[in-house]
Amino acid sequence: MSLLTSPQPAAADDAAAPFLDVRDLRVHFPTEDGIVKSVDGVSFTLEKGSTLGIVGESGSGKSVTSLALLGLHKGTRAQVSGEIRLDGRELVSLPEHAMRSLRGRTVSMIFQDPLSALHPYFTVGAQIAEAYQVHHKVSKKEARERAVEMLKRVGIPQPQRRVRDYPHQFSGGMRQRAMIAMALVCDPELLIADEPTTALDVTVQAQILDLIRDLQEEFGSAVILITHDLGVVADIADDILVMYGGRRIEYGTVHDVLKEPQHPYTWGLLESMPQITGDVGRRLNPIAGSPPSLINPPGGCAFHPRCTYKGWVPEGRCAVDRPELVEVAGTGRHLAACHLTPETRQEIRVRTATGAAQ
Amino acid sequence: MSTTQPAAGEHLLEVSGLTKHFPIRRGIVFQRQIGAVHAVDGIDFTVGAGQSLGLVGESGCGKSTTGRLITRLLEPTAGKVVFDGEDITHTPENRMKEARRNLQMIFQDPYSSLNPRHTVGTIVETPMRLNDINPPQGHKKRAQELLETVGLNPEHYNRYPNEFSGGQRQRIGIARALALRPKLIVADEPVSALDVSIQAQIVNLLQDLQRELGIAFVFIAHDLAVVRHFCERVAVMYLGKIVEVADRQTLYTGPRHPYTHALLSAVPEADPDAVHRRERIRLAGDVPSPVDPPSGCRFRTRCWKAQERCATEEPPLVRLGGNAEGHLTACHFPEEPSVEARAEDIVLDPALTTLEDNASAAS
Amino acid sequence: MLRYLIRRLLAAVAILLVITVITFVIFFALPSDPALLACGKTCSPSRLAEIKHSLGLDQTFLKQFWEFFKGLFVGRDFGDESVHIHCGAPCLGISFQTDTPVLTTLLDDFPADLSLGLGAAVFFLILGVGLGTVAAVRRGKAADKAAVGLALLGVSVQIYFVGLLLLYLFVDKWQILPASGYTPITQDPGAWFQGLILPWFTLVIVYLALYTRLTRSSMLEVFAEDYMRTARAKGLSSQRVVLKHGLRAAITPIITIFGMDVGSLIGGSAVITESVFGINGIGKLAVDSVQNSDLPVILGTTLFAATFVVLANVVVDVVYGLIDPRVRLA
Repeated sequence: MSLLTSPQPAAADDAAAPFLDVRDLRVHFPTEDGIVKSVDGVSFTLEKGSTLGIVGESGSGKSVTSLALLGLHKGTRAQVSGEIRLDGRELVSLPEHAMRSLRGRTVSMIFQDPLSALHPYFTVGAQIAEAYQVHHKVSKKEARERAVEMLKRVGIPQPQRRVRDYPHQFSGGMRQRAMIAMALVCDPELLIADEPTTALDVTVQAQILDLIRDLQEEFGSAVILITHDLGVVADIADDILVMYGGRRIEYGTVHDVLKEPQHPYTWGLLESMPQITGDVGRRLNPIAGSPPSLINPPGGCAFHPRCTYKGWVPEGRCAVDRPELVEVAGTGRHLAACHLTPETRQEIRVRTATGAAQ
Repeated sequence: MSTTQPAAGEHLLEVSGLTKHFPIRRGIVFQRQIGAVHAVDGIDFTVGAGQSLGLVGESGCGKSTTGRLITRLLEPTAGKVVFDGEDITHTPENRMKEARRNLQMIFQDPYSSLNPRHTVGTIVETPMRLNDINPPQGHKKRAQELLETVGLNPEHYNRYPNEFSGGQRQRIGIARALALRPKLIVADEPVSALDVSIQAQIVNLLQDLQRELGIAFVFIAHDLAVVRHFCERVAVMYLGKIVEVADRQTLYTGPRHPYTHALLSAVPEADPDAVHRRERIRLAGDVPSPVDPPSGCRFRTRCWKAQERCATEEPPLVRLGGNAEGHLTACHFPEEPSVEARAEDIVLDPALTTLEDNASAAS
Repeated sequence: MLRYLIRRLLAAVAILLVITVITFVIFFALPSDPALLACGKTCSPSRLAEIKHSLGLDQTFLKQFWEFFKGLFVGRDFGDESVHIHCGAPCLGISFQTDTPVLTTLLDDFPADLSLGLGAAVFFLILGVGLGTVAAVRRGKAADKAAVGLALLGVSVQIYFVGLLLLYLFVDKWQILPASGYTPITQDPGAWFQGLILPWFTLVIVYLALYTRLTRSSMLEVFAEDYMRTARAKGLSSQRVVLKHGLRAAITPIITIFGMDVGSLIGGSAVITESVFGINGIGKLAVDSVQNSDLPVILGTTLFAATFVVLANVVVDVVYGLIDPRVRLA
């Protein structure tokens, strides 16, 4: 089926290939208990200047996907297959030394916990300068000046002085700013942020998210934001990809996915999140059960054991037949992998809406 | 829903002037105190029977310390905790039994708060045995009933904590807290270690328990949405102080303290349109160190309305003109009671200001 | 940092004081009577009392301890009208056997241990860390298995076996190296080096195992750290990731053990190696003194060794501070 290799969203222009084109990416880890299929056939595209939010719970494969984009599975036991085309260049088959010259320069990454992601024994300035020197033939002094400039850009007060500080002397928010400075020091074309604000306080999270968004506007790079929190992507992403058990479950623009969600898992995520506005008496509607095993995933739709609506699909199809990611009729770019017919989905949504209002 | 505090005497828990300073010592041979972490610095609040009070705030605000002071896991430096009519502030450990029975705690980390070498049955039964409670149906039967109450299979009585998932372990912790039929449960970040879908299961469970068993809650969390969902009254803490307290409707729609505004504005919502509806406030920097908190109003160093008076005079937590009863705010220059989008965003972060000025100049 | 150093040094002095007391108590609790030994086979009671008096053994425990303690700072004088021995500060007493101050003997033997211990330490540290790093990088592969196997072999064999085997091969059979023991470096650096090759080699084989395993496990722990992933994500080469970012963090626990090993080695713990290769070091001195019940020498060697272990610990703490800014700036 051609849909496996056609990612959809982002302007479908046949003439020019998308800046980032991931096709049928698979990352499998052989273990004693069997093969862990962390990522199992994921495709998406991304243009420069755009942001993709990859959303999923723990074990959904979102972080493993991001490490594959950086080629960080090379040299490990992980088996990576599929294609990652960045600006026309295929990365999966790229040898390590060639991939290395892209890391940090063309593709760079911001990690979740800046305290553990920065080396405790080197100064913040030295770590940023090092990231610059790997890819640029410059003197130590020039690299250090660049580090100061970057720190200033990300809003570290007194950058001349703070450049000599160690990570533990920074506050949590400042460490993540330093991490961003390090990721952006070589003006990357693709920036991957893996849960960049999960370890931070809420007011600092807002600062950091806005900073990533504002910097993107200035640098014009492509950004992938990985998170478990649909709220985090709402304001910053253009497209959202929802992952479950290493696969795509729903994919579309922010508006499509958050305002017109089509997959019962996405419904579940949205309905289990308490809100700070709206009806306070609304009861949360959690998703029953827990995430699937990645070694022996459930047959058919991986979500079916937890799905409230599998009864709406005739003949128990959900348990045997894996739904493909198909276009939601009439949208063009909104895809969902679910056997429910559009009519049934509509009916369910009307019912839950009235149910919630009671 | 009543927005007023219950009249005096009805309070299950009364906290007044509660203070906890952790000394910082230094010295070559003899350690002398050179300062203190002002974790909690004189807070007052009350919780009525069956009520739930939320404590929200960012790291270092003292919310978790407060929880530990109420349950006497920490010894207060000053102040008073009256629980069920009894002053338990300095009750010696051997006389705490009665209070402990009615005052239970649920912890954040369901992995480390359960002894891995004990079966689930033992974990749930232990509080009963320690308190000489002998339910008519027997310990085992009662423990199995409790497991069923929290949504676990009673047949899993003989299993060990590591055989359960994070959400299930949190359920075990809840069953243990329920074993003594407490009047108040202090829940310290009970869902923050869990995945979104599991979070909702636990929140619903706690909500059912509260309604059915009439247990009062002090619910401590950094997630403002969860707190709004669970608690009738909410107190916002900043650097060891309560800066604002009100019923949830008032606090989330008509806050007066600038910090409450900033906090609410920072909460991300899973709605792409929300951004345009709500005010945008971006503070600069992080929370200052509680070792040497700012003079006067502690929020003044990050506040856009701060004036000289804020540095010299600490604002009392009082009902401001225009506030509903029970809505207390500690601010000299309060904001308008609205969270609607403003004509001009408040952006204090220098990096954001520069970037956004450049962007608007370019366009 | 200075405050930290002062605190560590004060603690070190306190520990040494405690060790002195304990050693002294053990010295007293021993059943044998040193005076009787010094007196010889034909010993009259009056002669015994004389000796007891000259050794100060007729005094109370506290008095003796005080004399000993005072001697550490101001020196002591021993003997009677006929023989007079001065023992300058810091005085650790005089040997019952040779009538020379213990410290003089110790200092005579010390260069041998210093050469043996430090030399071997340099080799086993470099080799152990190197092998351990290779093993960690090639985890589960042939190089790792070889390194781990080698390490296991090193732990299993005994010094006297390796030492004697080496002596047999290099000295007796192939005659590549000279048979004699220690030559001071000031006398003949060439002979010094040649004489120490085999003892070094023996110690290296024994200690290498520990350091290889320690480095391997410490490295593997560091490899799992987030900052190692960050280093790779920057585009650094794997050598740089391992040698700069990895080793810097992994070396910390190794330094602790290394400090203590070096301290005890130069304090005379390489007894077996010393005796196999006929090196007159502090270890051998200690063994001889036990055989002869030469108690001041036992006391002296114990204190001497303890001093080095304690000092090594202080040095380790300082090095820790240099490596880890979190310690330095705390």
